[in-house]
Amino acid sequence: MSTPCLEIESLSATLANGVRVLRSVSLTVEPGEVRALVGESGAGKSMIGKAVLGVLPPSIRVVEGRITLEGTDLGNLSPRASRALIGARTALIPQDPLTALNPSRRIGPQMTDRLVRILGWDSAKADRRIRKLLDDVRIREPDRVLRCYPHELSGGMRQRVLIAAAFAAEPRLIVADEPTTALDVTVQKQILRLIAELQREHGTAILFVTHDLGVVAKISQKVTVLYAGKVVEQADTAALFAAPQHAYTRALMAATPRYTDPMASLRPVDEAVLAGLSAEIATADRNWKPNTKGSGHD
Amino acid sequence: MVEARQLPRRANPRLWLAGGWLLAVLMAAIFAPLVAPHDPLAQDLMLERLPPFWVTGAEPGYWLGTDSLGRDLLSRLIYGGRIAFAVAFAAAIAACLTGSALGLVAGYFGGWADRIVSRIVDIWMAFPPVLFAILLVAVLGTGLSSVIIAIAVIDWTRFCRVVRAEAMSQARMDYVENARIAGFSRIDVMLREVLPNVLPTIVALLSLEMGIAVIVEAILSFVNLSISTDDPTWGGMIAEGRLSIHQAWWVLVFPLIMLILTVLSFSQFGEGLKSRFDPVLR
Ligand SMILES: Nc1ncnc2c1ncn2[C@@H]1O[C@H](COP(=O)(O)OP(=O)(O)OP(=O)(O)O)[C@@H](O)[C@H]1O
Ligand SMILES: [Mg+2]
Repeated sequence: MSTPCLEIESLSATLANGVRVLRSVSLTVEPGEVRALVGESGAGKSMIGKAVLGVLPPSIRVVEGRITLEGTDLGNLSPRASRALIGARTALIPQDPLTALNPSRRIGPQMTDRLVRILGWDSAKADRRIRKLLDDVRIREPDRVLRCYPHELSGGMRQRVLIAAAFAAEPRLIVADEPTTALDVTVQKQILRLIAELQREHGTAILFVTHDLGVVAKISQKVTVLYAGKVVEQADTAALFAAPQHAYTRALMAATPRYTDPMASLRPVDEAVLAGLSAEIATADRNWKPNTKGSGHD
Repeated sequence: MVEARQLPRRANPRLWLAGGWLLAVLMAAIFAPLVAPHDPLAQDLMLERLPPFWVTGAEPGYWLGTDSLGRDLLSRLIYGGRIAFAVAFAAAIAACLTGSALGLVAGYFGGWADRIVSRIVDIWMAFPPVLFAILLVAVLGTGLSSVIIAIAVIDWTRFCRVVRAEAMSQARMDYVENARIAGFSRIDVMLREVLPNVLPTIVALLSLEMGIAVIVEAILSFVNLSISTDDPTWGGMIAEGRLSIHQAWWVLVFPLIMLILTVLSFSQFGEGLKSRFDPVLR
């Protein structure tokens, strides 16, 4: 089997007060594969993405585990080297396209910056590249858009720009953190289709954070279900939908509205299931000691 | 397809009015020897306390009248602008560079850098500024450079506080995180991503500070702590005018008007520039 694009092994992170936000998370993203990361709000989905990209907030500390990017253990690298590797191999498609672009800089230089100043491309090549990608995300007037400030574009346009920028550097792994949540429903579908299309065309692996099982079914081949920072179930997407193993997954699926019978399925996740999970996690926390043998990652 | 929102570009009269006034005073100050109708120091007791041109008894050529030693007021105001602007630019720029640099580092890096800078600012601000200024000038000795140093040393905290707060809120933005992910160093992110967003505020503060420096210089001249008393300064003129307010109101009123208009223009110009610079407000 080839080296996984991303391998997270037993990653735990705590707040300053010692409370764990990630509980020995392990997951793998194979090259070219889309892995969905689902779970309700606060489950720690974004934290996993931030840990991979090396941008955890300072209040959160990794206490055990290993993150391996295309065979390189990030914990073994100097901060500078790990920044360089992350910069060369990964990209983020963020949740909020409003704050993810610098309001006081024009779109053009923001998009080419990384290609020219990090990857060392000459500016003509970088310019051709982003124009090609703007075309791929169906932006028809690249000249005008490149000269715009972010506030001059709608949310959907900004997200297209961010998607183009993410794919422009040919990363091996993209972390997409709820890339459609901040957009209105009609735009959501277009954006999702664009990401899927570019993913297939470029063969980029994606760690796709979402809380929407409908999106999971559409875009991913693998799923990781997260609850309170703990992996509850991992499976092939098709297998998971056909036969969810864990009670929490079944409850989550039951809580997702279906088009056929929207009202009937709008049930909250079953109390008993949550109580069982919480008890399980409490026991695990009591018995947990950080396995410091795994190299730290900052 | 491109759903760009184009806001109509509003003309900004206060920016132009304030900027126009400042430019006029600045130009007059720079070219004072060519512009001033008389020698600002030339005394003529035959011409003392001449009123401004629209009052009966005015002498042609002495547009704003003369003071109690017969010196031409307009010429003195023009020469006084030289000192006012020299102090305004030098002191405000020095305060701005120091304060903004420290504020930017403290706000963006946080942690111990922030703790150290914030501590120093707190200690600094515990001194009452006017007393601080008088003390400093007393120690450094009177003179143009002491005045400039005193203002810069006291007022850098104004920049530091505001820039720190702005940098801090910008540092939390996703675009900063995005630049880090792309592989840019912290210094790079600070200078290329955060600084441009703080710049409009810095520019506005800089202009405001120039106005403040003009006032402080006037106060120091007023209490005779600024430069040598021979050179005309607006503060010095106000001090002299106060003594003859009943015989010749204009000796007090013209430098006062000059001072107020200039200080007001600096603050308005700063605000105008800020909204001009800021792509979101624009
Ligand atoms: N900057 C922070 N400092 C401390 N704790 C944080 C911080 N950001 C998030 N957390 C905590 O970490 C946990 C995981 O948060 P995270 O943002 O990963 O959730 P999420 O699964 O992405 O949720 P959502 O769907 O709402 O985005 C939450 O309990 C949250 O309160
Ligand atoms: Mg999140």
